[in-house]
Amino acid sequence: MSSLGATVMLSAAVTAATLVLSVIAGLLLARREFAFKRTLLALLTFPLAFPGVVVGFMVIMLAGRQGLIGALSLKLTGDRWVFAYSMSGLFLGYLYFSIPRVIVTVMASATKLDASLEEAARSLGASPWRITRDVVLPALSPGLIAAGAVCFATAMGAFGTAFTLATDIDVLPMTIYTEFTLNANMITAAGLSIVLGIVTWAVLALARSVSGSAVAASA
Amino acid sequence: MSAVVEHDAGENGKQDFSMNSITVSSEAAAGKKPRSRLRLPDSRAWLAAGQWLVTLLLCAFLIVPVVMSILAGLTVNYFKGISSGFTLRWLGEVWTQYHGSVFLSLEVAAATLFITLLTGVPAGYVLARSKTRLSRVIEEFLVLPIALPGLASALALLVVYGGFTMFRMSVAFIVVGHVVFTLPFMVRAVAAVCASSDLRTLEEGAASLGASFMQRFVTIVLPNARPGIVAGALAVLTLSIGEFNLTWMLHTPDTKTLPVGLADTYASLRIEIGSAYTILFFIMTMPLLVAMQWLGVDATGQRSAAKKRGAASATKSITTP
Repeated sequence: MSSLGATVMLSAAVTAATLVLSVIAGLLLARREFAFKRTLLALLTFPLAFPGVVVGFMVIMLAGRQGLIGALSLKLTGDRWVFAYSMSGLFLGYLYFSIPRVIVTVMASATKLDASLEEAARSLGASPWRITRDVVLPALSPGLIAAGAVCFATAMGAFGTAFTLATDIDVLPMTIYTEFTLNANMITAAGLSIVLGIVTWAVLALARSVSGSAVAASA
Repeated sequence: MSAVVEHDAGENGKQDFSMNSITVSSEAAAGKKPRSRLRLPDSRAWLAAGQWLVTLLLCAFLIVPVVMSILAGLTVNYFKGISSGFTLRWLGEVWTQYHGSVFLSLEVAAATLFITLLTGVPAGYVLARSKTRLSRVIEEFLVLPIALPGLASALALLVVYGGFTMFRMSVAFIVVGHVVFTLPFMVRAVAAVCASSDLRTLEEGAASLGASFMQRFVTIVLPNARPGIVAGALAVLTLSIGEFNLTWMLHTPDTKTLPVGLADTYASLRIEIGSAYTILFFIMTMPLLVAMQWLGVDATGQRSAAKKRGAASATKSITTP
């Protein structure tokens, strides 16, 4: 049961972080024209087809024992930061997994925005921050709810990343897996996966009824 | 900014209908402008810079590990760094050990694609056409495996079919798992296209000219649904090649697909071999990804957002009158 709580917390955190970062980047990409925009976009969406295992390996590359962050921190602080095999590594992995997906959604709904609304707000003296809060975000919200739900559901069920990084990570998919393979405890495993399925399905259904559009996850 | 101010001035002028007030108001606007120039561009420039920073950092976050793993797969000794020189040795080693998994993955993907084409295309067509409640329920059930974590589907498959040892041991078991997982993507892609193009009218026209159902399906439905079929097929191939969650539970030592082999090497072998294997995976999926980018398919198995919206509005316009 504790793993369920941890999984939900982790998924919620990943969803929030992904949404914030992707909205910032997605708005920039959708609104502006600049050189290399296509290249940048291609780079950002390139990891879309990575399975969870590969994402896990990417995290190891970044924050593992021979990773980039470790090498950098060793030079800067004299300390080698290795956090790939912990909850924060998993957080990084899910972020890696979700960001491309959510950026695509944000860009799709940002191109639908009515620019005249923002101009009106600006001519009435609203600050950029207020425009973002009162005009842009409400207009984006259906897309964001849908994307957030997908993000949450995917993070709940993602097994490959956890499997690659797992040494002492206690998330629901890993619990199911160990119950099934090591303890051969079919009933617990089945029960937990039903719980997992219900939670993800409920989140997706809720988002669909709120945003009114087709919501679907992919893992 | 200045366009907005001028527009303001114009409106003021319209209200008063006098030349004088226009000049006055535009002067007032001009007087106001420098002040706002001092304040606004400042914060806006900061915001834009921050936005750029976040975007570029995200890009680095996503791409740097990819580059690192490619480098690691090609260096002689990653622990010592790139200075130890480049080699293709690791790639060769991976190929001799794991080329079986590459071919198996391709075979499984091809078989999965074949089955999803055979079943998913008609299903998508029928679901897009029929408006009954039953078809909505069926659609919900068909799409359920997407929402369900792969682990849960795998457990379900094991519980139901695990007893049939012959089947359990064969590659067919993995293909079945992949079909369960990828079929919804094909169905949705096809259904979206079928709903957007005005198939019913075309078909009625053909039927009135005496075309049989098979004739209509082959000469009208399939060509019209082709973009959706292609999009769905690409999504199915990519997902099947990369699928791990289900496959890990379903595989036997004889039926290792590429991602399963990847997990093996990550867990047990040195980082260079894992990286070299990852390079192999990149090489395999790259053509698919390029094709998807080129056709504007997003990896969730639907066509690009613009098309999707078009499809949505089209269905609306068909159903509302």
